[in-house]
Amino acid sequence: MPPSDGCNGDASAAIVVAMAVIEVRRLTKRYGERRAVDGLDLDVHSGEVLALLGPNGAGKTTTLEIMEGFRRADEGIVRVLGIDPWRAPRQHRERVGVVLQEQLGQGELTVDELLRTTATYYPRPWDLDALLDAVGLPEQRRQRIKVLSGGQRRRLDVALGVLGRPELLFLDEPTTGLDPEARRGLWRLIRRLADSGATVLLTTHYLDEAEQLADRVAVLIAGRLADLDTPSTLRRRGNDATVHWTECGRPRSVVSAAPTRTVAELAARLGGEIPDLVVARPSLEDVYLRLVGEHA
Amino acid sequence: MNAVRARVRLELTLFARQKDTVVFSFLLPIVMLALFATVFRDDVGDGHGATVRYAQYFLPGILAAGIGLVSFQTVAIGIAVERYDGTLKRLAATPLSPTSYFLGKCAMVLVASAVQVALLLAVAAVAFRVPLPTQAGPWVTFAWVFLVGTIAGGLLGVAYSSVPRSASSAGAVVAGPVLLLQFASGVYFNFPDLPRWLQTVAAVFPLKWIAQGMRSAFLPGGFAAAEPSGTWQHGTAALVLIGWTLTGLVLSLRTFRWLT
Repeated sequence: MPPSDGCNGDASAAIVVAMAVIEVRRLTKRYGERRAVDGLDLDVHSGEVLALLGPNGAGKTTTLEIMEGFRRADEGIVRVLGIDPWRAPRQHRERVGVVLQEQLGQGELTVDELLRTTATYYPRPWDLDALLDAVGLPEQRRQRIKVLSGGQRRRLDVALGVLGRPELLFLDEPTTGLDPEARRGLWRLIRRLADSGATVLLTTHYLDEAEQLADRVAVLIAGRLADLDTPSTLRRRGNDATVHWTECGRPRSVVSAAPTRTVAELAARLGGEIPDLVVARPSLEDVYLRLVGEHA
Repeated sequence: MNAVRARVRLELTLFARQKDTVVFSFLLPIVMLALFATVFRDDVGDGHGATVRYAQYFLPGILAAGIGLVSFQTVAIGIAVERYDGTLKRLAATPLSPTSYFLGKCAMVLVASAVQVALLLAVAAVAFRVPLPTQAGPWVTFAWVFLVGTIAGGLLGVAYSSVPRSASSAGAVVAGPVLLLQFASGVYFNFPDLPRWLQTVAAVFPLKWIAQGMRSAFLPGGFAAAEPSGTWQHGTAALVLIGWTLTGLVLSLRTFRWLT
């Protein structure tokens, strides 16, 4: 097999189908008249981190909750580790970790008490010392949950989700409301899990989060798949670059499909060094916002 | 088995740390016993000349009320709150079986209820000189009424926890009917003095039978004559309580949902 350059789509697609951890076909979920999910097709491959990205109300949480077995699909087929999650036996839960969007209750318990009890539900849970170190909560072990900060609670939530060493981890907006440092800490943790071979499916509305964590990004808009690709390929969808420079003391800019030629022409015209030259490729955010705008 | 043991420990920890449950279901009956026994000083008679002090007469009723509060009320409110604060949804995402969850609740209730009943008996005996039975018979009666009553209450609490529609309404939706049932079942009033129709309604529910069973254990035998049927009706009490236990079990298993 030739080294993968991302171009041999057909060959990798064949492998991919065989290794789908999650398989979704024509999934539809209605709330009254509104279709929250509208004919969604999606495969999540073994060992990848896939981010479900989309504006509020795009159907991200509904899709996730159907995969988690918390909601029933109206139409379509969903297979998680080969099983229909709505009818999954309790043992299925040993292989799947879930980090919900909702706040953690039971504030009167200590971190240690909740983790220790939850560990007894699983056949081969993480060692608690190692887990607390990994999520950065070793100091909080004896503290009541109600005194933890928002970031610490979120990390405890993630610890509960991974406690049973799941093959597949669902994370619903894992870093919403966290400060930048806590977000980075959680990203490191999620990446470590992915590196250990777990498949991760997360929802987010942060573009930087998707870019940092995801192998592939699925953009969900109005319950449909608007795009699905690697973050870098998605970013290249916006071909045009913007060239910024200063001329006659004034900032100038031009959008160009051929920025190298634009810069060469500028250099020739200005005779050498171009003052304050910046060539900006569109960010993932630009591409995403354009995508959302097109569907609006 | 590990999970069940861990659940029991967790439930007991939570019970002890939730100040409102400790105060309103665990300590309230003890305070009520102390209060009633201090305020009401008249003796109560069996209608044939024998009398007991009010504290002794009130003890069986408050034991029954305490069992109902710690088992039914604690479990029903506790699960309703856990359903709406996201705790049950988190448990639903784990391999924990509903049966292990129920067993944790029931064992917690048995332990908490046993401690409460022991405290009630101690306060009655020490502070109010209530004579406790010296023979094995009444204690055997006490033991089975306590055991079956508590388990029935706990399981019915699991089943009833689906009724409240929000965490904030759970307290009222559960405590209201419990309070009415206490009045109707002869906890605060002399049961034989209640109107016949109210006695009939109360006889459908388990609390009346727990109270009657407790009266049979802690009152002199002559008081049986004052009961509506003229006897303690142990057989009927056992049948009704076991019937409610099975009903609670079936309802819990059939209606329990982790999710809202």
